[in-house]
Amino acid sequence: MTDTFEPVIVGFTCNWCSYRAADAAGTARVKYAPNVRLIRLMCSGRLDPAFVLKALAGGADGVLISGCHPGDCHYIEQNYKALRRFLLLRRTLKGFGVEPERVKLVWASAAEGVRLAHEINAFVEEIRKLGPLNWPKWDNQSGRDLPADIEPQPIEEVPA
Amino acid sequence: MIENHKPKIGVYVCHCGSNIAGTVNVDDVRKWAQEKLGPEGVVIARDYKFMCSSLGQELIEKDIKELGLERVVVAACSPHLHEKTFRTAAEKAGLNPYLTELVSIREQVSWVHTDKAIATEKAKSLVSGTVQRIAYNTPLEKQKVPINANTLVVGGGIAGIQAALEIANAGFHVYLVEREPSIGGHMAQFDKTFPTLDCSACILTPRMVEAGTHPNITLMTWSEVTNVSGFVGNFDVRILKKARYVNEDVCTGCGICTEKCPKKVIDTHYEAGLGYRKVVYTPFAQAVPRFPVIDRPNCTFFQKGTCKACEKFCPTNAIDFKQEDEFINITVGNIILATGYDLFDAGRVTNYGYGRLPNVFSSIEFERLSNSAGPTGGEITLRDGKTKPETVGIIHCVGSRDKNFNNYCSSICCMQSLKFAHIVRERTGADVYEFYIDMRTPMKAYDEFYQRVLDEGTLFVRGKVAEVTNAARYPHEKGKLIIHVEDTLVGKQRRIPVDMVILSNGMEPRHDAKQTGQTFGISCSSDGWYIERHPKLDPVSTMTEGIYIAGCATGPKDIPASVAQGAAAAARVLDKILQKEVEMEPIRASVIEENCSGCRICNSMCPFNAIAFIGDLKVSRVNPALCQGCGTCVAACPAGAITGTGFSNEQIFAQIDGLLMTV
Ligand SMILES: Cc1cc2nc3c(=O)[nH]c(=O)nc-3n(C[C@H](O)[C@H](O)[C@H](O)COP(=O)(O)OP(=O)(O)OC[C@H]3O[C@@H](n4cnc5c(N)ncnc54)[C@H](O)[C@@H]3O)c2cc1C
Ligand code: FES
Repeated sequence: MTDTFEPVIVGFTCNWCSYRAADAAGTARVKYAPNVRLIRLMCSGRLDPAFVLKALAGGADGVLISGCHPGDCHYIEQNYKALRRFLLLRRTLKGFGVEPERVKLVWASAAEGVRLAHEINAFVEEIRKLGPLNWPKWDNQSGRDLPADIEPQPIEEVPA
Repeated sequence: MIENHKPKIGVYVCHCGSNIAGTVNVDDVRKWAQEKLGPEGVVIARDYKFMCSSLGQELIEKDIKELGLERVVVAACSPHLHEKTFRTAAEKAGLNPYLTELVSIREQVSWVHTDKAIATEKAKSLVSGTVQRIAYNTPLEKQKVPINANTLVVGGGIAGIQAALEIANAGFHVYLVEREPSIGGHMAQFDKTFPTLDCSACILTPRMVEAGTHPNITLMTWSEVTNVSGFVGNFDVRILKKARYVNEDVCTGCGICTEKCPKKVIDTHYEAGLGYRKVVYTPFAQAVPRFPVIDRPNCTFFQKGTCKACEKFCPTNAIDFKQEDEFINITVGNIILATGYDLFDAGRVTNYGYGRLPNVFSSIEFERLSNSAGPTGGEITLRDGKTKPETVGIIHCVGSRDKNFNNYCSSICCMQSLKFAHIVRERTGADVYEFYIDMRTPMKAYDEFYQRVLDEGTLFVRGKVAEVTNAARYPHEKGKLIIHVEDTLVGKQRRIPVDMVILSNGMEPRHDAKQTGQTFGISCSSDGWYIERHPKLDPVSTMTEGIYIAGCATGPKDIPASVAQGAAAAARVLDKILQKEVEMEPIRASVIEENCSGCRICNSMCPFNAIAFIGDLKVSRVNPALCQGCGTCVAACPAGAITGTGFSNEQIFAQIDGLLMTV
């Protein structure tokens, strides 16, 4: 490895579309950045925002959430709930002083292995630009400054 | 329990020949698991060339028995491929199957990464994640639900008819739903079928009649499925039966209404715009069922309130202008989708002039033109309906194998073009040119047919046609259509004047395939065809249990392949029916009632209405028969009072810890 920063990314995929997209990328031997480690859930609706916080607190620099395209969820409409949580979570992260861009949502169907791989590559680049999160080391003793822009933001409408 | 007793875990790392071992240092992963994950409970770590082989499986079984393993982690391929294999092996040795997990270090590591050191590190972290998680796995029992023995087949083309007949002949009931007034699909429009040239109607009609009269088939034409709920074994289906304005109970199909109807409209569907039909009509003579429909938007009575000629002349008083659309609810155990294809709109390739130059025909127009029951009685003529062509050009791959339109090969167009060439030469003696990119005739007796058409004197030009134009440059081109092409075998540009051009436009997914897919809970590939569970090993199943696909709905294919898929899908359904019950994954949510505050947030989260609020106890409760295990309520409960088997918070938190252990 060179000195370029290699982010660690935890990804959550649903069992039906996006995990199979990862399978499809594998079967087609599509190469993508090795920085992502995936966890399979049954549905993106299972994603508890606490999982994302836990991953970020545990040393991940970014979290990828992936589910079926809107309308394609195996459980009818649970990915819409994932979308709502995702938007709220990004707002919460901002409040914590964490760049909301560290969490990304990608819809990927079982056929979109190539697309998922592209999205992963793009996300790794985005996180690389943001730099390490190092959340575990943020405490008063470590002397690290919290990011400056944590003023309260106007509340945006969250689409249903 | 986890605190004072770490379950004994076995880790097995598969080489998969060189598929994994070529990119991941398998030995290193094994050693690391043995040493670093020892404190997490790993008592044995092994690697083996092919874990899925019977020897590999026996390795696991032996360790379970001899070392008393309580959990098994196999680092190999995707769980979608071999989870069942290893769970079954572990079960044979007496371990509950849900205590075995697969880590995908092939699809997610060795096949997608190149740097061996990095790939090995990633493999370690994935193994570590699952080792941490599996300590929290609990033994689960599969649930069984009875299967409703009725089947729904959607689409009455040849694939759907075949599927319906197979199941009905086996003694089970089928609802065959078709949106057009008659079953038959595209095949009903053809005159001859390649490669044998047997008459399409002669082979199709008996099947249609059999499907229409079979005691085990309820045929519902002019109908569409609007809503599907439930799961394999028990789907609730709502069907819209559009008003025919003809009472099917008394109609004898005599056809007098059609004869007497004073109004004709252009038939854009069955006759591809080349012929007319009446407003009260059956699409073609052999239609099944034989009851006509009234085309309401065009009917003079519905427009102006007068006419009723059909009603006056009907000998059995079957015309019923008051009929209304009906909804019919049925319950079925399995569903087969055989909704077929749409034709690529040839007008989209503007340089070929379809729709602008009258004597450029589409493939389906030619099928109608050559059909003895078609608008010209099978005479091959120019658009004027009289003139016989002396030279005909047939252009292959229109809209297919073309980056601007569809990348895929429509697979039947070479053969359909050869069929056209044969028919043109046989009926008109015209000179025929075929313009092809590659000739694809791989199936049984196909290449022989190609040889036959060659021998008959059809001329072949290899090259993609640039343009079809009527702008003559030379005297002999006057009044002709000029096909401008690069002949790649000669290495020259050519201009070939012809009287008639036939475009071999290929297949496209149904324009509404995506919506239909959403109704049934299955998805489409990026091209728009329905996705099979496995493209090679499971081509008629979908990711949704109990929903099968057959025929051109899954991609372009010929009649024999469509029929084979219809029969294959039927066999899968019969297999399910004969098992009488279906095993359901025991992944379910449940409420820990002591912790439930009764806020009812979860109630509205559930798309299956599986969570009910128990008023007396002021707690919510999950109905395990309705719960499908998505886990949305688990994530939503503010009190953390809902837990989900297989994917509990503890399991996922532990997995996150494990994944990040190496960071
Ligand atoms: C011009 C041309 C010539 C051909 N010639 C030959 C040949 O000579 N030999 C050969 O082997 N193959 C030939 N083929 C291929 C052949 O047409 C197909 O293989 C075959 O017709 C596929 O049958 P299917 O049942 O899958 O689909 P279809 O024939 O398309 O039938 C699907 C049916 O489903 C119905 N439907 C669709 N959506 C719904 C819905 N949502 N609800 C209810 N019903 C619905 C449709 O109305 C239709 O009746 C040719 C194809 C073309 C385009
Ligand atoms: S199953 Fe994929 S998002 Fe719900």
